[in-house]
Amino acid sequence: MGKIRTPYLLLLPGFGFLFTFFILPILNLAQTSTQTPVGGGDTGQYEQTFRFQNYIDAFVDNKEQFARSFIYAIIATILALMISYPLAYAIAFKAGKYKNFLLVLVVAPFFTSFLLRTVAWKQILGEEGFVVPTLRSLGIISQSTTLTSTSFAVVMGMTYNFLPFMTLPLYASIDRIDPRTLEASGDLYANAFTTFRKVTLPLSMPGVVAGTLLTFIPAAGDYVNASILGSPNTKMIGNVIESRYFKIVDYPTAAALSFTLMAAILILVTIYIRKAGTEELV
Amino acid sequence: MSKKIADPTIPRIPAAAKFQRWFGRNLIRVYMVIAFTYLFIPVAYTFAFSFNDAGKSNLIWKGFTFRNWQNPCGAPEVCSALANSIKIGFLATLFATILGTMIAFAIGRHQFKGRSTSNLLIFLPMATPEIVLGASLLSLFLVFKINPGFWPTVIAHVMFCISFVVVTVKARIASLDPRLEQAAMDLYANEFETFRRVTLPLVAPGIAGAALLAFSLSFDDFIITNFNSGTVITFPKFVYTAAARGIPAQANVIGSGMFFLALAIVLAGQFVNGRKAR
Repeated sequence: MGKIRTPYLLLLPGFGFLFTFFILPILNLAQTSTQTPVGGGDTGQYEQTFRFQNYIDAFVDNKEQFARSFIYAIIATILALMISYPLAYAIAFKAGKYKNFLLVLVVAPFFTSFLLRTVAWKQILGEEGFVVPTLRSLGIISQSTTLTSTSFAVVMGMTYNFLPFMTLPLYASIDRIDPRTLEASGDLYANAFTTFRKVTLPLSMPGVVAGTLLTFIPAAGDYVNASILGSPNTKMIGNVIESRYFKIVDYPTAAALSFTLMAAILILVTIYIRKAGTEELV
Repeated sequence: MSKKIADPTIPRIPAAAKFQRWFGRNLIRVYMVIAFTYLFIPVAYTFAFSFNDAGKSNLIWKGFTFRNWQNPCGAPEVCSALANSIKIGFLATLFATILGTMIAFAIGRHQFKGRSTSNLLIFLPMATPEIVLGASLLSLFLVFKINPGFWPTVIAHVMFCISFVVVTVKARIASLDPRLEQAAMDLYANEFETFRRVTLPLVAPGIAGAALLAFSLSFDDFIITNFNSGTVITFPKFVYTAAARGIPAQANVIGSGMFFLALAIVLAGQFVNGRKAR
């Protein structure tokens, strides 16, 4: 009879842990999100009043940052896809014996700390860096244009920082394509473009879906790029949640915002997976 | 016919067309060079500025020096932050790898009721934005009057690393040839012996890879750590706070050192794997 119990015994410690430190906190967050300040209490004291209006207030007050988070994350995801696809394709089909080495090169930059990379971009794109003076002297940007503290810098930072999450799943699924299917397509008089559109792209769809999700989800909740590379005008929802927590000690609003963010991402992701028609992700 | 002789019937190709042809043929190589340059710009920058003879703020190039490399702990707090990150990373990796590997075996090797729910429970933390994970865990700690600090950070890291361990180890288990285990059983090994002498050694590289992944995720994490670490300063937290006034060059030394160390580990791993494959 031990056989039936084995999987459950194996699952027990790990799932016990995840239940306590993942599920329970999320439920607790849901509870916090409808609380209101205790009348006459200290800052940071809240009581449960089931005030669902908190959600509407939180959303209305921060709709700009919400919109920005999603727009930035979507642009960064598209850019990452455009940069990664040819790269993953080249490594899978054109790299020969250097395949593994090039894969290591793709991941290698991400061995330096995420924060250090972002700070490096800030200094490269900053006034003292070499990019701005060069572009100015070439007349590509005007003398008063800056690159840091702009939405351009934030989106660029996000694109860069989440790039391996896009490249690796893409590579994994492109590498699995049998090159003979591409030859067959050519034999049937499809030109290079048609072969790509009708054979390569559909076969690599699981990678595209996995890559875009793995890039989009952290990008939408990120606030590090926005605070290092951006300005108060590029604040994302992550910045708001963070400051609600630490600077204002407004837990209910922070909780409501977190929940709204999570729900919005889950809805978008579900629609996206349905549309893309792959369910082999999980 | 072996030697090339200028043939007057073939018109000479103009340089522009020649370049166009070369470009067309090597497009993908040109692209790769550009893409890798883009990928390595911040790394090269970080490495170069680790040699900067700058005082406290490492913003402008002031001259070449080895001093930062000779004394990486020269700037205040850099090394204590690094030590905290390593301690947290080590503990988080240990627990996450044990718990995650057990789950991976359960899901990868057994058919049982609730298997798809289990898969969902593993997928959910990966699909939840870090800020939500960090904020919700902090709320829980506050409810139970637990102050954020070292152990809450370890717990937070174990929580988000487990899923990545499960996915990595599960993939390795799925790629095993079941006939190897059947062969062991045919040779009168009992279940435990089969597991210890056949299954586990075969899955070991997957577990090692998962542990490396967990360590690097933990070491590099900022958002969840920022919520749950209280006054404990980790390396990413140190860089974040120092970013406003310019980070000391010693942080670049540590960042570059980590880069070369990780690169060495991965390349060594590939070398070992390559040898085994032969």
